[in-house]
Amino acid sequence: MQLSGAQILWECLVRLGVDTVFGYPGGAILPAYDALLDYPIRHVLVRHEQGAAHMADGYARASGRVGVVIATSGPGATNLVTGLANALMDSIPMVAITGQVGSRLLGTDAFQEVDVTGVTLPVTKHNYLVTRAEDIAPVLREAFAVARQGRPGPVLVDITKDAQQAKTELDWEGAEPTRHLRCSLPAFTEEQVTAALDLIRGAARPLILAGHGIELSGAKEQVLAFAARTRTPMATTLLGIGAVPAQHPLNLGMMGMHGEAWVNQAIQEADLLLAFGMRFDDRVTGTLATYAQHAKKIHIDIDPAELGKNVPVDLGVAGDLRAFLDKLLPELDFHDHREWLGRIEALKGAAAVRDIQSMPDEGRLFAAHVIHDLWRLTEGTAIVVTDVGQHQMWEAQYYHHEEPRSLITSGGLGTMGFALPAALGAKIARPDKEVWVVAGDGGFQMTMPELMTLVQEGLKVNIAIINNGYLGMVRQWQEFFYERRYSSTPILSPDFVKLAAAFGIEGLSVSTREAAVRAIETARACEGPFLIDFRVEQEDTVFPMVPAGAALDAMIRRPIPATPSVLAETGADI
Amino acid sequence: MAHILVATTDDEPGVLNRVTSLVRRRAFNIHSLTVGPAETSGTSRMTMVVESDETGARRVAAHLEKLLNVLRVEILSERPSVVRYLALLRVSAPATTRGQVLLVGQAFRAQVVDVAEDSVVLECSGSAEKISALADALRPYGLMELSRTGALAMARGTLPTVVPLKRPEVDYPPLAMSV
Repeated sequence: MQLSGAQILWECLVRLGVDTVFGYPGGAILPAYDALLDYPIRHVLVRHEQGAAHMADGYARASGRVGVVIATSGPGATNLVTGLANALMDSIPMVAITGQVGSRLLGTDAFQEVDVTGVTLPVTKHNYLVTRAEDIAPVLREAFAVARQGRPGPVLVDITKDAQQAKTELDWEGAEPTRHLRCSLPAFTEEQVTAALDLIRGAARPLILAGHGIELSGAKEQVLAFAARTRTPMATTLLGIGAVPAQHPLNLGMMGMHGEAWVNQAIQEADLLLAFGMRFDDRVTGTLATYAQHAKKIHIDIDPAELGKNVPVDLGVAGDLRAFLDKLLPELDFHDHREWLGRIEALKGAAAVRDIQSMPDEGRLFAAHVIHDLWRLTEGTAIVVTDVGQHQMWEAQYYHHEEPRSLITSGGLGTMGFALPAALGAKIARPDKEVWVVAGDGGFQMTMPELMTLVQEGLKVNIAIINNGYLGMVRQWQEFFYERRYSSTPILSPDFVKLAAAFGIEGLSVSTREAAVRAIETARACEGPFLIDFRVEQEDTVFPMVPAGAALDAMIRRPIPATPSVLAETGADI
Repeated sequence: MAHILVATTDDEPGVLNRVTSLVRRRAFNIHSLTVGPAETSGTSRMTMVVESDETGARRVAAHLEKLLNVLRVEILSERPSVVRYLALLRVSAPATTRGQVLLVGQAFRAQVVDVAEDSVVLECSGSAEKISALADALRPYGLMELSRTGALAMARGTLPTVVPLKRPEVDYPPLAMSV
């Protein structure tokens, strides 16, 4: 039977297991939108294509499935660019489908024509320009294979209007992809296993650096078994949060620029770092000149180009973490590392007094207290989707995630405006889960039109705006490194509660801790979406902080509360 | 130092753009690039000279290998190899100096490939240094045009030493798709 290219597109997506796409129609994608009505696929109509890309991203992060976004040519496609870059940096499997002007108009500067494959080349894992209906099925099948394979990432398929309209036979079997297998990795060698075991046996102060790769590889059980057998403590990257349970006794917490002081100190004192699916980003290493000088390094990553990219390693293993750990586990000996764990405990104890949880609020509202209360009241079981900035770091520090895929956050690209749309995608992927947006007043205003998408789709998502009247993280840098010259960081916001009301969303504004707790309870009890405007301390700071380019243990620490008893107890420097 | 990378790629529109875009994005400079069909139909061979240390060259190769359209990458500067450049040179050659121009050409084993009333075109292949030396030697006579290629390179020795870095025969375990 002859099908149009547009029908083949949806037929293939259904067969590839897609049930939801996020998108926005337009001229060059009209044939596809017409055919969509005949296929069992939920289309989420967004308010801006950037929102669609982040929704597909959030959907993919929450479910592990490929997120699909669809847009028209020209501006529709260019609006996807930020979302694609975001997905590429964080290794998120996504397929973007864009309409393109008719093939005979290509290169003529036709209406809404843009060189989409050119524009998106550096922000996709691969992309395609399809000009013939018979190429749609093989390209789509390959696109999904590429998006999922190895280190996942976004793939874009640009389909000309005439390719969508032309009729041809669908040859599903003949469209089976093979080219992606070129990028398959060879099996591990015995030498690599032996070398890893030797390094592990010789280590007195080992530390696991737990990254996003644990989640992507499904290696949580293997990592926990490794840690338990060898009594090796774990530190997580931002995207590694949730990959191993926060409350696990060997999980020290987050490393890096705003990581816990004892974690960064432990990295600097370790004699073996086991980097599991992470990439030694500059935000977790500080200056490389002084990074983990005493440590041998084993780096296991699915992406061979990551090995030795930032940090020279003693053993680099390109491959699947779970498969490699399965080889290691039966060979591991028990260690107790009593001395090393004791040393870390001591580091932890010295830092605990600086924890804001032990500080009184004195009637004021601190963002860290809000996040702590949110964690307590949701019993740590919600999917939290953050934006980018101070609130993101407070979330990472004070919401303790026990499950993989429960923190959804823009790590590598640091995309403000990510939270709200990504949360919509996450809720659609996991309707059974409580989903919270945690965003700043700045980032929220970047993509807030998606509130209407939330309402149109009938989704129950709760929104916490950490409102301090500043672009807080930039303000913090200005405070520390630019002599408090607050250039363009004070930001006005609308009355978020009234704004929510205009969208048909209930809301509350709160400025004390008691009211904050009640508001979280109200939001959770409310049947529909709920927005809370938390008016927090305006010039609060995320501690600790490793200044960009400084050594990992050269942290700016939170001032200790000036009570003599506490100072006497610790004797620590301020 | 300069490193010679040879990439075998699909012969498809846009592949050259993908390769050069990647090298640029990773902040490396391409000294020269020569592209042509490879031994198997449907594939191209790109010979690239990149200014970098050894680690950098390996990084470029590792990134290139991740491109879907790249079949394999070799770093030829790490092994004995033959490296050749080709140049065409148009030199002013009126009757008064023509004999001297042709002598210089002969000294460099350049071929005369075109003769006009007052100029000749010479063809020369060899190392980059040899071609530069020929161009310098001809300059006093009036070097009117110079067209030179980037490097062409091939490993010395028998073929089995050329190990394909990407192996199509093994599939990889799929992603953990469920939550």
